Amino acid sequence: MSTPRIATALPADVVKIATDTVTEPFWQAARARRLVAPQCAQCGTFRLPPTPFCPKCRSTSVNWPQLSGRATVYSFAVVNGFPGLPDLTLVPAVVELPDAPGARLVTNVIDIEPDNVRIGMALTVDFHPISDGWLLPVFRAAPEGVKE
Amino acid sequence: MPKDSGPRDVAIVGVGATPYYRRGESAGKSITQLAGEAILAACADAGLSVEEIDGFAYYSGAGAGYGDKMESTDFMETLGIPEVRFSASLTSGGGGSAGAIGLARAAIVAGDASVVVTVMALQQQKQRLGTVIAAKPPSPIGSFLQPSGLAGPGHLMSVLARRHMYRFGTTRDAFAEIAISTRNNALNRPKAIRRTPLTREEYFGGRMIAEPLCVYDFCLETEGAVAVITTSIDRARDLRQPPVPVVAVAHGGTRDWGRGFTWYGMPEDTFTSSGHRPIAGRLYKQARITPQDIDVALIYDHFTPMVLMQLEDYGFCEKGEGGPFVESGAIRYARRRKPGTVAVNPHGGQLSEAYIIGMTQILEGVEQMRGTAINQVLDAEFALCTGGPASLPVSGLILGRDR
Repeated sequence: MSTPRIATALPADVVKIATDTVTEPFWQAARARRLVAPQCAQCGTFRLPPTPFCPKCRSTSVNWPQLSGRATVYSFAVVNGFPGLPDLTLVPAVVELPDAPGARLVTNVIDIEPDNVRIGMALTVDFHPISDGWLLPVFRAAPEGVKE
Repeated sequence: MPKDSGPRDVAIVGVGATPYYRRGESAGKSITQLAGEAILAACADAGLSVEEIDGFAYYSGAGAGYGDKMESTDFMETLGIPEVRFSASLTSGGGGSAGAIGLARAAIVAGDASVVVTVMALQQQKQRLGTVIAAKPPSPIGSFLQPSGLAGPGHLMSVLARRHMYRFGTTRDAFAEIAISTRNNALNRPKAIRRTPLTREEYFGGRMIAEPLCVYDFCLETEGAVAVITTSIDRARDLRQPPVPVVAVAHGGTRDWGRGFTWYGMPEDTFTSSGHRPIAGRLYKQARITPQDIDVALIYDHFTPMVLMQLEDYGFCEKGEGGPFVESGAIRYARRRKPGTVAVNPHGGQLSEAYIIGMTQILEGVEQMRGTAINQVLDAEFALCTGGPASLPVSGLILGRDR
């Protein structure tokens, strides 16, 4: 009961993704350990997840700027158990990306005691193996984000 | 009290339901059989022959729970319904439950059909609600959500609940009050799945499935079917039951909610909401009433924080005040309603009676307006029924009493 829980990501074999032409650049970049986000080439609006049109100006032209990998926790859950993995602790989180304003990513905060996660805390990206050779962007507490 | 408010051109004239089953316990019956039992019961209640049904207005894409579907032809074939003149569904999922009555109304007002059934039948052997997100086959958009391990809808909503707590100081005491008061309402309900009181100790000792939410914040995983029959107000007045007119009904929503908790891109006010505020505005405008006129609120209670946020979105309290509002006892059932309070889910809701994807809320709304509910609110004139906070469309329905 008092053993500290440490949040992880789901095991690689449990996570399968699907891609299409609109989303694949995000995953190809992640496989190269780069965090990117789709930015409208016409008006500069970021959007996540990647969708065919810019919701502001309807353009289909997109740039994929590389981001710093910094993020802040907008909100999160502490999930105890997953189907087939009852002892797993996960911290699924919705994060904001300071260099992709307006876009939020749904991800995991890993290698942290769940009680230490806070809304607003600073994170930095890492990449976690998933099925079929892809890598999943996940986040750890940034050195300056560890408080208390 | 504005008794003549709203369009009132159609009315609910029949309701019917199967027994409610725990997950897996209805396995001996098919979806068609469960739905058929509910439809026949609704016809008997209305005093209509099943052969008079000429329309079907579904929601959730006519899906029956998670992985099964309903088809009007299956009902025509086995129930002997001679002709169908309308067969349509609202899109997305449980958000449309209340709004399906508006789809029935559209068929009737347009003159397409006259006796329209809305039905939901649910079994969970193939797929249970609790892990429905994790079980979906990977999709390009879903791959931006599913890997996080948010396995089911309650997990998704725990993320909204936490932001509400952060922003407004809402505490788990508020969620506990919703779970406990709803359980109290189920205690005298013969069909309810949970009929023993829920104590605060039990609530706070409950398994933390997705913190800040525990097992008692999650609705039941049940099975069964509920059917509702809608017809024109004129025809309704010739039938067995007192007509329950549709005072207002709306479905839809705005882009700032959109896919809601499967998207998470909402601006802060909407992130900490149920997505229902646009529906609430449309309903009160159609009905020409205010939240203070609602005597009983049948709020889609798949997860306790979404009851709280709907109470805010429907104007029973100010935005951010949902916690103190429910903790004041304002949603507790009382036979005589006091100003500033509203009985929420006196039928025990989806948390304690049964989860049939919103249909028990409509059934209870009808009984309250007939004056025959087990936990009747005395002289109730208006009942609000809501669809699930979910990916759009979400929906709401105000029922009244006939003149």
